Order: sequence, then structure tokens, then C-alpha cells
Amino acid sequence: MLSNKHILGMDDLSADDIARILETAESFAEVNTRRIKKLPTLRGLTVVNLFLEPSTRTRTSFEIAAKRLSADAINFSASASATVKGESLRDTAATLAAMSCDLVVVRHKYAGAPRMLAEMMDCSVVNGGDGIHEHPTQALLDLYTMKRALGRLEGLRVGIVGDISHSRVAGSLVPALRKVGATPVVIAPPTLLPSRPDVLGAEVAWDLDEQLASLDVAYMLRVQMERADGMPFPSLREYARFYGMNAARLAKMKPEAIVMHPGPMNRGVEISADVADGDRSLVLTQVESGVAVRMAVMYLLLGGADSGVAA
Amino acid sequence: MSGSGKAKAVVLDDVAIDRALTRIAHELLEANKGAEGLALAGIVTRGAVLAQRLATRIKEIEGTEVPVGTLDISFYRDDVATRLNPEVHRTDLPFDPDGRCVVLVDDVLFTGRTIRAAMDALMDYGRPSCVRLAVLVDRGHRELPIRADYVGKNVPTSSREQIKVRLLETDGEDTVLILGEDGEE
Repeated sequence: MLSNKHILGMDDLSADDIARILETAESFAEVNTRRIKKLPTLRGLTVVNLFLEPSTRTRTSFEIAAKRLSADAINFSASASATVKGESLRDTAATLAAMSCDLVVVRHKYAGAPRMLAEMMDCSVVNGGDGIHEHPTQALLDLYTMKRALGRLEGLRVGIVGDISHSRVAGSLVPALRKVGATPVVIAPPTLLPSRPDVLGAEVAWDLDEQLASLDVAYMLRVQMERADGMPFPSLREYARFYGMNAARLAKMKPEAIVMHPGPMNRGVEISADVADGDRSLVLTQVESGVAVRMAVMYLLLGGADSGVAA
Repeated sequence: MSGSGKAKAVVLDDVAIDRALTRIAHELLEANKGAEGLALAGIVTRGAVLAQRLATRIKEIEGTEVPVGTLDISFYRDDVATRLNPEVHRTDLPFDPDGRCVVLVDDVLFTGRTIRAAMDALMDYGRPSCVRLAVLVDRGHRELPIRADYVGKNVPTSSREQIKVRLLETDGEDTVLILGEDGEE
């Protein structure tokens, strides 16, 4: 029922697809408030979570989504799978195909790995984050969260603040916002922007304080402390001073504006603890929405699949 | 949607639909000995409209407000793998089914598969003391051992014919049509 069999990036989804996913997710959100949070919908189908890069929240979210739809969820993690024994992605794909799974969610440290997998397998593939490329279900749950909180998506001005050039979250969120008629504004020091920021299709700004008053959403990206080549700014303190969300900055935003973060947060760096725990932070709502949105994605990808409509 | 189908006959007109609903409301109250403990759950979309109308009738007859909810069965269908419901609506049951007599309401009873799904959906919300089924039209051709407790009209059909229920709230008029065997074209 979606225009593509796979969701590898936002390019695979039309504006109609996005609207359908968000609408369907609302029905699943209701299920998640019930005492019995389980539906028989995808009984007998198998969802493989192939997480070849460490992840807890995304994997758990997909796993819960699959289980609430009665699909069998199987987790392959990097440390436990044969990949540590040197198995290639090609062989892993062949192995999974031989076990006849219906949907593979893949996270990989290299951009494009999900696409390679999709080309080798008959079943649907969902990108659960590939390198610094895309993380489409994160963008979908972010759209869902914004829509629930602000009542609309069209016309929203969304500031995405932080490491734009290495963020797969931004890689999906920028095109996602454009598809639904919102305006993405990427806000970062030049060292954290790609060399050609104009090709992103977003407005580009260096100064967060100048933008605050016009934003409906401040989307704070995580400072990736684990990056091998070191941080491209002088110190974390300096980063927090210029690009961190705090109470003083929040006070300069519109009264209804909200703060979001894909997690995990570095408290005191990109977001201060009082803002993160405050009532205008939707960090936990994002996590909650994640399950409903991923249920919707699985339902729409796997439902009707036998009829060939989706293929 | 496929409005081009040849209308073979009008099965129920607005007056007949009205009478049928009034009768069903009376029958419900009689069987339940009043409105106490009763709840209505209409199956999206036209069943939900009919449930609302039945509640209004019951209010007129008995003076009691009976809780009404809507049930979307998309996630409980047995053909999810082959056919996807394009529009998923929300289930909204503003009552706890535990210990209540819940009446499922739908427009047409055909194979019985929708009702099977509706019962499964309802049971996920609680444990009703009993579940009853009220339909506007029973057209036969059951594929499951399910029958209606309250029927507006029994309409013998061939399996290739189509029954089209149109209601004021959803379609702008109250009528039930039977479309000929070429109804789908």
C-alpha cells in the first residue's frame, strides 16, 4: 500500500505515503494505551532486526512494534552474529533469505548497506540507520510527534541544530520536512555543515540565537563524542554556549514552540538538563511515538504484500 | 464508489430503515429487560452510524443513555496478507466492556468474517458478559458459524450480487439497494 516495497530513505516515500503512515500510526498509538497491547495483525510473519551497529532504542522500538503486531521478531546483533567471524553482508543476506523472513530492518555503519541488502533479497527492507546517510523511521516518528504536538506540519519552521554533516537523522529529517511542506533550517557552525550546505534543500544559519524567535521546533542533534577524528569545535563548553538549548534560549522562542532530540542526549552539551526534563521537551514522546510509527510502517509494508500491490 | 452498477431493486427505503431500527431498538430492550448494562459498538463506518441511531431510539423509548462506541477491525482481519484496508479508522470505546452486554452493530451481514474480527477486537478491550449482533441487512452466504440476533431485513442474494447500504450521515440518503450481477462494472 506504500509506493515502494522498501523504505531505504525518504526518497522511497511520497507525501501520500507519509500521510498514510502518520494516520495509521494514530490508530496504533491507541493500541499502545490499552491493557492488552497486542494485535493479531501480522501473525505468522517474521521480522528480522539486523543491527550490525550498536543500538538499543531503535532496535527495541522495532522489536516491540513487531511483537505488538504478533510478528515473530528475531534480533541479530553485531556482537552475536557471524559478522564478527567475518561473514560478508552478501552471505548474511543469503542466510536470512534462506530462513524466509518477511521484513528485515537493518542498521549498518556504512551508508548504502540497506540498499545492497534490498537488491539481494525478496522481502521488504527498512533502513534502521545507515552510516551518516539516512534514518527514515526516525524522521517519520519526528513528523508524527510534531504533528501531534502542534496540530499541523505544513508551514512549520524547524531548526535542526548540530552536527548536520554527520547526522543520518538530519539526512532523513530535512527531506521529510520538505515533503510535508515544512521549512527545515539547519543551524550549525561551518565546521559541522557539509561543504555544500545548499544542496541539502534547507535554509542554512550559523547563529542559533538569531533563529530562535522564528522557530516552531528546535531539534537538537546529539554531539557525537565517539567520533574518531575528534570534535570539530574547540570545546564542549564552547559548543554548549553557542549551540546548546537551555532555559534562557527556550524563553526566547514562541510560547508554543517545542524542543526535540533523537537521543541519546548529552545533558549539558546540546541540551541542558532542565530543558530536557521540562514540559516543552518532547524527547520521551518521540520514543513513545516510535513504536506506533514503526507498527504503521510494518503494517503498511507487510499487509497486502501477497496481492502484489506493494511490489 | 462503483456507483455505476445497475440498481436492480430498492430493498429498504428511508421509512423502512427507520422502522427496522425502531423495531430492533425495542427488541434489544425487551431481550435485555431494559437498558441497564447495555452498550453498543458499531463497526466502522456505517455500523457506527447505525449504532448511534439505535442509541437515540433507545433514549427516546427508555429515557436512558446507552454508551456507544466505534470499532475498527482493520488490524483483526484474516486477510491482511492479501488485502490491505486503505483507510484505517480509530477504535473508540468510551465504556469498559467488562460485565456489559455489548451489541455489535453493522450494516450488512455476509460471510461473517467481519463479525469474527469484531469479536476478537472487542475481547481485547475486556470481557463482556455477552455479545449480541444487530445488522440492518442479512444477505446470507455465511462462511463462519455466525448468526445475527437482530436483523432489519433478510435479503436472499446470489453471491455475485452486491448490497449497497447508503446512509444519510455518510452518503446523503437512506436507502439499501441490491445491485445486479454486473454491479461491479
